Amino acid sequence: MGTFHQNKGALHGITVVVDTTGPEIFVGRCDDTDERGIVLDDVDVHRDGEGGRSKDDYVQRAARLGVFKKYDRLFIPQERVASIRRLGEI
Amino acid sequence: MPYSPLLVKPMRDELTVLGVRELLTPKDVDDFMNDKQGTALLVVNSVCGCAAGMARPGIRLALQHDHRPDRVVSVFAGQDLEATARFRGYLADIPPSSPSIALFKDGELVHFIPRHRIEGRDAHQVASDLVAAFDEHCAVPAAAQAR
Repeated sequence: MGTFHQNKGALHGITVVVDTTGPEIFVGRCDDTDERGIVLDDVDVHRDGEGGRSKDDYVQRAARLGVFKKYDRLFIPQERVASIRRLGEI
Repeated sequence: MPYSPLLVKPMRDELTVLGVRELLTPKDVDDFMNDKQGTALLVVNSVCGCAAGMARPGIRLALQHDHRPDRVVSVFAGQDLEATARFRGYLADIPPSSPSIALFKDGELVHFIPRHRIEGRDAHQVASDLVAAFDEHCAVPAAAQAR
């Protein structure tokens, strides 16, 4: 269930984890998705191994407490997206 | 920029009618955080849809449970800016999140529900999460009841 904007996708307003085909993994509030990619608001990014933490370590902590945003808004092209999951379901 | 107080009043009333006390100033927050005895629930209220559809109704349901915190208070993110900032300063390791719900026991944070555990769920699921925390942290031990 998204929030109250009918012209947006099902993930609109939902905090998601976007894993990429590269070392980066993103957590942010989904604004919209389409065939070109995904737009996130209030976004944090982690690089695999940064601070001694794997992508999974980072996601587990994010699932418990949330994230400190590094970017107000970010577009991630579809070709970089490996998976999209709801943070609340991790 | 804060919304009109008239627009926000029903969102405040939805909690205050349950007996939730609003913390409107940094001093209110300091007084609350310095009173470390017992259990206390702090709700970070918000104008967003997940506060309206899930968080506040979930809190209303949870507060009907037998076990509940000794004190229940709220700050309103985006409205009572200084009070909200002061509260977040006490939890500097936890990312800002609104709505969110924090349960304290003897001054220690024992349960936290960030926004992403509220959005996309329904009020009953939020209430269920809260009730489980109340049962774990707010139930009076049988030995204490017998005294």
